[in-house]
Amino acid sequence: MSADGHHPAPMSPVEQRVAALEALLTERGLVPEGFIDEITRRYESEIGPMNGAKVVARAWVDPGYKRRLLAEGAAAIAELGFGGAEGEHMVVVENTPAVHNVIVCTLCSCYPWPVLGLPPAWYKDPPYRARMVREPRALLAEMGCQLPGDAEIRVWDSSAEVRYLVLPERPAGTEGMTEAQLAGLVTRDSMIGVARL
Amino acid sequence: MSTPLSLSGLDLPRRNGELAFDAPWQSTVFALAAAVVEHSFAGDREPFRQQLIKAVAAEPGRPYWESWTAALEALVQTLPGPGPAAVSGG
Repeated sequence: MSADGHHPAPMSPVEQRVAALEALLTERGLVPEGFIDEITRRYESEIGPMNGAKVVARAWVDPGYKRRLLAEGAAAIAELGFGGAEGEHMVVVENTPAVHNVIVCTLCSCYPWPVLGLPPAWYKDPPYRARMVREPRALLAEMGCQLPGDAEIRVWDSSAEVRYLVLPERPAGTEGMTEAQLAGLVTRDSMIGVARL
Repeated sequence: MSTPLSLSGLDLPRRNGELAFDAPWQSTVFALAAAVVEHSFAGDREPFRQQLIKAVAAEPGRPYWESWTAALEALVQTLPGPGPAAVSGG
């Protein structure tokens, strides 16, 4: 597309299909004014892995919260103000020195939106969806996540209702950090389980 | 443990990931699906999810948001009323 807008790029076939859907659904009154912009803004600036990072940091500093988080994921996450679509039934799985957890959706792209936002591209691609179940250790190593040889790997396949979140291990040497500082250490990939901290 | 990170970027959801959307049509079709789920299915996402599973399985190599688009088209076809007849241009 040119900067002056005189020669906008022609719409691709998929852009035409989306425009047709938008026109149809708008005509039916299903798309309130400003709805698309609002959803986009929310998922680009409010809903993302920084929410999950806050949950993880709270669990690291507050044993009572951690117990609630592991027992009733959605309720504990809601305590921090996060919830909504794709987060109603959350199961939080805890990494330990002996157990490493990783999440996948083999059938499509289920993912805990309220705490991680929308999934990265590779999470939705066939190689990840197939190989994480078949050969998790090899795939994790390829993704830069080296595990001790005797660590058990648990792969959690998102089902119709349940979304998973990995609670990574708190890194050593962080005893003096505040909760906010700890949250700054938590990465999206560590909450999917394809990285360690 | 990785080196301590600056906290300044903490509130950006893409700090340690890619942008949620690569192009405006992707966020549009994402929001359209949300609108249909909310208004036509009372918030139940399972019918859309089933369409998405079918769309992904039908063409595993297809770009994700195109499968999403196909899934939404299929879901809209199940709604009462005229379908997206203009989609193919005739």
